[in-house]
Amino acid sequence: MDKEAESLPPGTVIKRHRLSTRVWHWVNFVTLIVMFMSGLMIFNAHPRLYWGQYGANPDPAWLEIGQRNGEGYLRIGEASVDTTGVLGVWTNDQGQRQAWAFPGWITIPSGYSLAEGRRWHLAFAWILGFGLLFYMLWSLANRHIARDLHIRKREWRPSHIWRDIRAHAKLRFDTGEPGTYNILQKFSYIGVIFIALPLMVLTGLTMSPQMDAGWGFLLDLFGGRQSARSIHFITCWALVAFFFVHIAMVILAGPLNELRSIITGRYRLPDRGETEERA
Amino acid sequence: MTDKFILPRRRFLTGAAAGTGGLLLSGCDAIVQSPVAADMLDQVGGLNRRFQRAVSPREALAKEYRPGERSPLFRTNGNTFPDSAAYLRHMATNFADWSIPVTGLVARPLELSIERIRSLPQRSQITRHDCVEGWSAIGQWQGPQLGPILKMAGLSDKARYIVFRCADNFGDRPYYESIDLVDAFHPQTILAWQMNGERLPIGHGAPVRMRIERQLGYKQAKFVQGIEAVESLDGIYGGKGGYWEDVARYEWYAGI
Repeated sequence: MDKEAESLPPGTVIKRHRLSTRVWHWVNFVTLIVMFMSGLMIFNAHPRLYWGQYGANPDPAWLEIGQRNGEGYLRIGEASVDTTGVLGVWTNDQGQRQAWAFPGWITIPSGYSLAEGRRWHLAFAWILGFGLLFYMLWSLANRHIARDLHIRKREWRPSHIWRDIRAHAKLRFDTGEPGTYNILQKFSYIGVIFIALPLMVLTGLTMSPQMDAGWGFLLDLFGGRQSARSIHFITCWALVAFFFVHIAMVILAGPLNELRSIITGRYRLPDRGETEERA
Repeated sequence: MTDKFILPRRRFLTGAAAGTGGLLLSGCDAIVQSPVAADMLDQVGGLNRRFQRAVSPREALAKEYRPGERSPLFRTNGNTFPDSAAYLRHMATNFADWSIPVTGLVARPLELSIERIRSLPQRSQITRHDCVEGWSAIGQWQGPQLGPILKMAGLSDKARYIVFRCADNFGDRPYYESIDLVDAFHPQTILAWQMNGERLPIGHGAPVRMRIERQLGYKQAKFVQGIEAVESLDGIYGGKGGYWEDVARYEWYAGI
């Protein structure tokens, strides 16, 4: 444990997030929202998912959003739920019932256009893909990965992980080491940066016929274009889950202080009371 | 601070809040439909093409599958039955008199009869058809390669695009598509007249359709009745290089 940091009194304002982290965070905030909403528009063009190399209407879909007799449904495998009003069937602001998988209030554009959805999705894909690449390289160079994300040997101990889970359950998120990430934070940030986002980029590229010709390993890696499309969709919802948990954590951990640290980089160390669990 | 100052500010804040809400509710349509955004997005298709071509070998082949990996049922899409009088007449004679002129910027314009198309050196390939909507189907296609046909016609150095004119139409707009010479001379670019070992069905573009295996489904022009080499796509229908490009802003480059 860093003796110097440990001795800092509560309330001290420290420098927490680097400029590269802050810029990438907010660029991603916009990029991921645009990609999510335009991605749902693209999904609306064919709201069925398959496993394997091929998959179209005559083939069995493992997931489907549709409508039957004016009632919307989401079907996963054998299980089907009525989603009328939101998925499958929804009513637009002119009062017209629309038979879309995802409603227009969550798609880009809000009026049906596969072409425009693709244009937005594929434009922001550049920002996402190269932003991720540069952030990874930059974080390697400035030792963000080595210092902040690297999981130390002692953190791998089940007892340590369990203690952090219990601390989270009690809404105590401090690590005891000022300005560092706790183990669950490290897991989720590593999961997003090194697993989920690269998966999104690679499965996205696997849906491109030109890339499949140029980089044939993509099809082997994911087991086919339709499997890649399914993984793309599943990983998308994993990122949505992360998004909501992330925001919940910010609110629970002190939204103003947390927001300040991701905007300006400056973070006020919490009071001792909040960290006594660690003492 | 005076009332005069507060009121506009309050109005501004209310307006801003309503605006933000409205913007979110309408899926950010204000931004989506702005000309600045459209101009920016117009650049992306070209960027995708240049980048994808740069990172993959010029002749890289689309994956070819084994016969057992084909879709049990290959669905049809787009126009599945051109009902013009001329097409119906060809249907009645089983397309025996179908022919495809190869014109434009060529030294020796050709008139390729269906018999000629069937007797030229053939390429057979089992490939995956990727629809822009997201679905895929795998089928076997056979026909002569486009590259040697263009050489036979003596393609001019000025030619930059190959345009495919089709017998089907949406309302008063005939279907057409176009590709550049990289894809025109790609070994898997063929004039398919056979599908899964049989004559091409009507729904899949009888008697001849294009297979351009590194691009999406809307490039795979069906019911091909003319091939034209051009220097520019300007002046051909909407000028964007294809039916969907003209009417629905689909990207001309369909490699992604």
